[in-house]
Amino acid sequence: MNLQQAFKNRINIIKPYYTKKFAYKLKRLSNSKQLLVLFMPCFIYMLLFRYLPIWGVLIAFKDYKIFKGFMASEWIGFKNFISFFNNPMVYKLIMNTFLLSLYSMLWSFPMPILLALYLNELKGARSKKFLQTVTYLPYFLSTVVVVGMFILFLSPRGFVNIAIELLNKHPIVFFSNSNYFRIIYVVMGIWTGTGWGSIIYIAALSNIDPTFYEAAKIDGATKIQMVTFITIPCILPTVVTMFLLNTGSLLSVGFERIFLMQNPANLSVSEVLSTYVYKQGIKSANMGYATAVDLFNSVVGLILIFMSNWVARSVSEYSLW
Amino acid sequence: MNNVLKRINIFTFIKYFVYIFIIVVILYPISYMVIISFSDGLAVMKNEIWLYPKGFSLSVYDKVLRDPRIMTAYLNTIIYVIAGTSISLSTTVCAAYALSKRNKLICHKFLSIFILIPMFFGGGMIPTYLTVKNLGILDSIWAVVLPGAISSWNLIITRSFFINFPHEIEESGWLDGLSDYGILFYLVLPLSKAVLATIGLFYGVGIWNAFFGPFLYLDNKTKYPLQIILRDIVMQGVENENKMSNAALNRDGIIVGDALKYATIIVSMVPIIIVYPFIQKYYAKGIMIGSIKG
Repeated sequence: MNLQQAFKNRINIIKPYYTKKFAYKLKRLSNSKQLLVLFMPCFIYMLLFRYLPIWGVLIAFKDYKIFKGFMASEWIGFKNFISFFNNPMVYKLIMNTFLLSLYSMLWSFPMPILLALYLNELKGARSKKFLQTVTYLPYFLSTVVVVGMFILFLSPRGFVNIAIELLNKHPIVFFSNSNYFRIIYVVMGIWTGTGWGSIIYIAALSNIDPTFYEAAKIDGATKIQMVTFITIPCILPTVVTMFLLNTGSLLSVGFERIFLMQNPANLSVSEVLSTYVYKQGIKSANMGYATAVDLFNSVVGLILIFMSNWVARSVSEYSLW
Repeated sequence: MNNVLKRINIFTFIKYFVYIFIIVVILYPISYMVIISFSDGLAVMKNEIWLYPKGFSLSVYDKVLRDPRIMTAYLNTIIYVIAGTSISLSTTVCAAYALSKRNKLICHKFLSIFILIPMFFGGGMIPTYLTVKNLGILDSIWAVVLPGAISSWNLIITRSFFINFPHEIEESGWLDGLSDYGILFYLVLPLSKAVLATIGLFYGVGIWNAFFGPFLYLDNKTKYPLQIILRDIVMQGVENENKMSNAALNRDGIIVGDALKYATIIVSMVPIIIVYPFIQKYYAKGIMIGSIKG
């Protein structure tokens, strides 16, 4: 038997297998035809509104001109990035973004945990439910409403200043003083997000085996000991996960909130990367440049989340993936 | 014994104090707006109002409800919410059902990753704006409703609900010769009203509260949703006021303006407050479904 013959034989052995596999695929395709039809609108949506913009990020490397369009605009490599880093504003922008989210994280991260621990200590089911209902409420108010409320309350005629006046002190014009911007931003974040953020910890707390507490009680543990030795270790994985997610978003701040709070008086601290992107891209039609800044922002965010995950994995057993 | 009693008392005292503190911090600002907006202008001017309205009057609400800008915007928002929620809900449910059939759907893995990627990477503001512009839907209802139509997060929550759906019911339908569409519409959907309500409310509240999307994509003032008008009214003249020294403040004229602002905020909040009990009931559940089976 020569080589050619052997080869032919082989093909003849494999061939039915291939056709079988192909037939199998065809069968599966026809089986899932209706499911694919059901999936189609979502597929088209994702392509148009989620994947097309990802492709559009390439204009960061182009000298984008609206009248020329995406294809005809010239490639300019990293020029947009270079001009961003040569901008004297760059340090200020990054620091503003970083500090704002750092402060907001440091202050607002522990709040939901404290609230969940407090709720866990409450006895009556009704009072618990009522407190939860009340604390979730601010989360459902729109950013415009929340920012509007704060602006009105902190204005020279708002109730905060009326109260200050009753104490015979001078009223404070909060929103035109850049010193107060970060505090207001952080407080607003706590006011809106604490209740909602506590849900995940409440779920973690309700998963703790009650026999732990019974055993501790028999051994004569105090309330505080039970919290420090049972409750906190049990919710630690959730806490670490949430902390990682937060560090990953250190360079992404609540754009809408800042945008609405911004005024010429507090610009020196309220100008962050995303508001800068908006001003450059939409207002000044500097789209390639703005996209480059945005891309830089999200790449740093990705690096941060990978790094924090790596750190968490090497120092503890908890990580995101 | 006495010592123990004392300690317990301090603990309970702190407990009650914290409870009341949290409730006041959250509810007082909201109730303050309600009180001011229902009060008589003169009492507001004198800073007399703290806990309950004085000299009940509806004049500011009369003004708000007669303002054509607010009414148009209100109507627009209702249209956007209805259209957007139905589009988002139907596409999400269909896709989630398809994805939940892990063994039947071809390329299941690829499609799942296809859904997941947008949760981590996005084009950002400018490329998304250009996409909307190039699709030719700028300055129309579609620009409000379509760009955020499907959220991967909601899709995954719905999918995990369908995965946990009892297989026997679907099998019985299959044996009786129902198609996949039939099983979804006649068997699965009638039994999953809770998840439909959850996801629908998620989307509905999101569209009701959306500010920046419409702000970016809409030019025509007659198409503005409520949030943009609300922002215009509430922030009107804020900068000028802040520059004024306190002594020069003309309280008389501006107080009415403030009551009007509060009233506008209240009017914009009413639908949210009405659906809030339902949302709260379902939302927490929805988050649980998502967190247990990712």
